[in-house]
Amino acid sequence: MSQVYESLSLANHSREIDAVQKVGLALGGIGVLLLFVAWGGIGLSSPALMLSTSIGLMTVGTLVYAWRSYMTVPEGIKNNGVWFDSLSNKGVLGWLFAIIITGFYVLLYFYPSLLGQGSDGAANTGIVALFDPLSRLLNGKAASQWFVYGTLYTVAILLLGFKFILKYRHNKYQLWRTISVMFFQLAFAFLIPEFLESMNSDQPYFQKDIKNMWPLNFYFYQDWNVNGMLGGGSLGLFMLFWGLAMTFIVSPILTFYYGKRWYCSWVCGCGGLAETAGDPYRHLSDKSVKAWKLERWLIHSILLLVTVVTIAIIYAYLKGDPGHKIWMTPMIFVIIVVVLSALVAAILLKNKTEVITSLGNKAFTGLLVALGGIAVLSVVAILTSGYDVFFIPTHQLKHWYGFLVGSVFSGVIGVGFYPLLGSRVWCRFGCPMAALLGLQQKFFSRFRITTNGGQCISCGNCSTYCEMGIDVRHYAQRGQNIVRASCVGCGICAAVCPRGVLRLENGSVDMDKRTTDLKAIHIGEEGVKLM
Amino acid sequence: MHIVIIGNGISGITAARFLRKRSEHQITVISAETDHFFSRTALMYIYMGHMRYQDTKPYEDHFWEKNRITLKKAYVKSVDFNNKSLQLDNGTLAYDKLILAVGSSPNKFGWPGQDLKGVGGLYSYQDLERMEHYSKDLKHAVIVGGGLIGIEMAEMFHSRHIPVTFLVREASYWDAVLPPEESQMINRHILENGIDLRLSTELKEILPNENGEARAAVTNKGETVDCQFVGLTAGVHPNIGFLKDTALEVQKGIIVNEYLETNIKDVYAIGDCAQASKPAPGRRPIEAIWYTGRMMGETVAHNITNNKVAYKPETWFNSAKFFDIEYQVYGNMRATLIEGHETIYWEHPDGKKSIRVNYNKATGAIEGFNLMGVRYRHEVCKKWVETQTPIEEVLANLGLANFDPEFFEQYEEFVVEAYNKQTGKQLVLTQKRALNAVSKFLSKLVKTN
Ligand SMILES: Cc1cc2nc3c(=O)[nH]c(=O)nc-3n(C[C@H](O)[C@H](O)[C@H](O)COP(=O)(O)OP(=O)(O)OC[C@H]3O[C@@H](n4cnc5c(N)ncnc54)[C@H](O)[C@@H]3O)c2cc1C
Ligand code: SF4
Ligand code: SF4
Repeated sequence: MSQVYESLSLANHSREIDAVQKVGLALGGIGVLLLFVAWGGIGLSSPALMLSTSIGLMTVGTLVYAWRSYMTVPEGIKNNGVWFDSLSNKGVLGWLFAIIITGFYVLLYFYPSLLGQGSDGAANTGIVALFDPLSRLLNGKAASQWFVYGTLYTVAILLLGFKFILKYRHNKYQLWRTISVMFFQLAFAFLIPEFLESMNSDQPYFQKDIKNMWPLNFYFYQDWNVNGMLGGGSLGLFMLFWGLAMTFIVSPILTFYYGKRWYCSWVCGCGGLAETAGDPYRHLSDKSVKAWKLERWLIHSILLLVTVVTIAIIYAYLKGDPGHKIWMTPMIFVIIVVVLSALVAAILLKNKTEVITSLGNKAFTGLLVALGGIAVLSVVAILTSGYDVFFIPTHQLKHWYGFLVGSVFSGVIGVGFYPLLGSRVWCRFGCPMAALLGLQQKFFSRFRITTNGGQCISCGNCSTYCEMGIDVRHYAQRGQNIVRASCVGCGICAAVCPRGVLRLENGSVDMDKRTTDLKAIHIGEEGVKLM
Repeated sequence: MHIVIIGNGISGITAARFLRKRSEHQITVISAETDHFFSRTALMYIYMGHMRYQDTKPYEDHFWEKNRITLKKAYVKSVDFNNKSLQLDNGTLAYDKLILAVGSSPNKFGWPGQDLKGVGGLYSYQDLERMEHYSKDLKHAVIVGGGLIGIEMAEMFHSRHIPVTFLVREASYWDAVLPPEESQMINRHILENGIDLRLSTELKEILPNENGEARAAVTNKGETVDCQFVGLTAGVHPNIGFLKDTALEVQKGIIVNEYLETNIKDVYAIGDCAQASKPAPGRRPIEAIWYTGRMMGETVAHNITNNKVAYKPETWFNSAKFFDIEYQVYGNMRATLIEGHETIYWEHPDGKKSIRVNYNKATGAIEGFNLMGVRYRHEVCKKWVETQTPIEEVLANLGLANFDPEFFEQYEEFVVEAYNKQTGKQLVLTQKRALNAVSKFLSKLVKTN
């Protein structure tokens, strides 16, 4: 026995990352460095070679590092030292990393020319020029900063997704869901839209990612996108109908059966990045009740805001469409808005107690006031035949929403702050899509996380590693199922639980009773009535 | 009425919480260990860097004030049962009712050198601090005692790449509780992780260096293992030192009746420190585990608030994790098969998962389940055991018990196959893993009960 030990102990003894891992890190690092070199304008004489070398090195580096890190040790949970590592415990490295990604986002959104984006027809330079050949190959045009972003984003999900798969290779749920987000990112968000773009380059531009839907892409109803789709031939019409169907039919049905996870941790690109690149930071989410309160206010306000902005946009669009390219008139639209507001208000009133317990009194009143306001203002707008439903110029609403929510929140804070606030800041506090799916998940879905009787030892692993900051333990230790609007169904709580307490499941039989009973079996149910 | 609880572990805190739910009495919880309740079971995860101390606290700090539970950090030096008063290291405190939830401490069996520096168990937060302190520049650790805490300690050092020698007195790891197949599975897994497992080996003495620190451990086989830390994990005993020589009846633990009352009026004992005078059939007088502490805490709260209920722990269950292999048990499962029981055992070819189902040969009733690397549903297993369901009904519906995550392979058919092979029957698995079927099954049973 001692002999077995001797041979194994050598590998175990190394406290630091070993030589092979270092090689992996170095190769990947050089790959990243090449991007910076190109940014500085060096090596752009043969951008194709430069880019393939860079991405190739990143790929090989990640593969080597991940393989060496995970395949040389038995399968299982790999959280050793998470809170000791400066990169993942908000230490100096974490801050540094956060500053670098945040900086990248600021350039990307607000100063693309600094990245080399050519304006007014000028050729690209810098890092954007590096991507020109790939862009030409895929869609026939020169690259833009968004193409650079899309490519790097996809590469990150694919490579770090691979790492994630090795890390959780004992867990089939993690395996399939990661393959799924990798596939949707590569095919639906990246390749297919680029191909479609190149085949329809003579037509006006509209977004062609069929997994994307309102309200995540709040621009769906904006004039350029609607006009693009209307003028975009059969593909444009398909995208219009598909986009509507996604929001109003496909998503509600899937969410009913499986909870919001079908989107948030199986399909969505934001979720995809959070689950792969963001995985090392999931424990940084704030679990306090305070944070939960903030979350509910923020995310639902943003859902309300995006609704308001969208109503304004559609109304203004219809107003500006006297030629009646579409059958809907401003009048019909306002009627629909009023009816929908009334419907939502009715649902709220009907479930008053439940809504108040989960959202609070103030939120409940606020919602009713907001719905009334939307309805009244829409009617006022049509009666005074004004252009702007909410008396704020629609283009300004659009602009500020796009700036604050679309860019600053989802990009700069959402991804840039991964190493400081955790990987799902945007998904938890900002995303209106998550808010909408969450409401449905909470009130009208078969999904829940079941607790395994009395087996919980209150250790806290589940809560710690919940990227949505849900205090899973709170429920688990009292034997209660977990039904939370924000749960994205990543399944990590169930994976890290050392006592096999949690299971993500869907069931119709007791859908209405998902949360009501405490099924704690602390003491015999006959002897004592549990409360 | 002022209810004072000594001990802020799971049993004391559960008692406090349920007392608050059921009454408006004044509640004070005293502990010398930490300001707030934390999960002792998670100590290893702090050391391994999975969590920080604050992550192991099941309730946020504002919880206590909000629920009017007074927390007091103090050491109780003695109890004056006649005058209902506690002598603290920083004052005195009067009580109307007293709950002793004082937990336990690691055993020391009089080994020479057991009190040296760099020697200690793993039970309290202070023990963890000691381990952390000695981990700096630690070249080699020796762990004594092949139980649940020993293997946790081995995993802890292993996570920091500190080589470990693990001395286990028994011929196979935890073989007083695990049947041979499961026990051997864990032996293999311990070795796979590079731990120097030495079975049938006991500690003889610990040698000091010139600073009074552990320098080496000597085994009963005469081997000397150089080390700078010796972990003592050969079981625990109740913390009753400060209660000795009082009117309180104690043996190994504090003697309680089925209502968790001690021999002194208005004094109760729960959790690790309680010793049942008449344990339920098949149960031990002291069961030092998390779940029993929680159940006793709840029960005692009922008893104090005028709802007299006996402590009835019902079907045994427990769980643990040995490095990467999870373990769950439901029902009456022993290391050596109980007379008149029959066992069905299936093991995965990877040698890291197994399912064991025991039943009564004479009546055919299910007795219990032992799971390694597979998760089973507590409520389903409990209902089956408590309603003495026939083995064939259990096996045909075995999927109801499966609690593994979605997409995980289901192994129930192999268990049925093993049963068929053993008995020559042609039983077929009819129920796979399915939540709806579970909901129906559980609600049906509740009604027919
Ligand atoms: C590392 C480890 C892992 C474990 N893992 C598991 C597991 O996975 N599953 C499981 O079921 N069980 C597990 N256990 C056992 C379980 O944790 C204990 O059974 C349980 O915590 C006991 O709870 P308790 O409330 O009875 O006592 P304790 O939690 O020990 O609480 C007693 C408290 O009282 C204080 N105290 C004692 N005397 C005095 C005094 N005179 N004055 C003031 N304060 C005093 C102590 O300092 C202590 O804080 C584990 C134990 C350890 C140590
Ligand atoms: S509760 Fe569990 S499944 Fe839901 S988001 Fe948190 S970790 Fe993921
Ligand atoms: S559910 Fe599991 S991970 Fe969460 S506190 Fe309980 S035992 Fe720990």
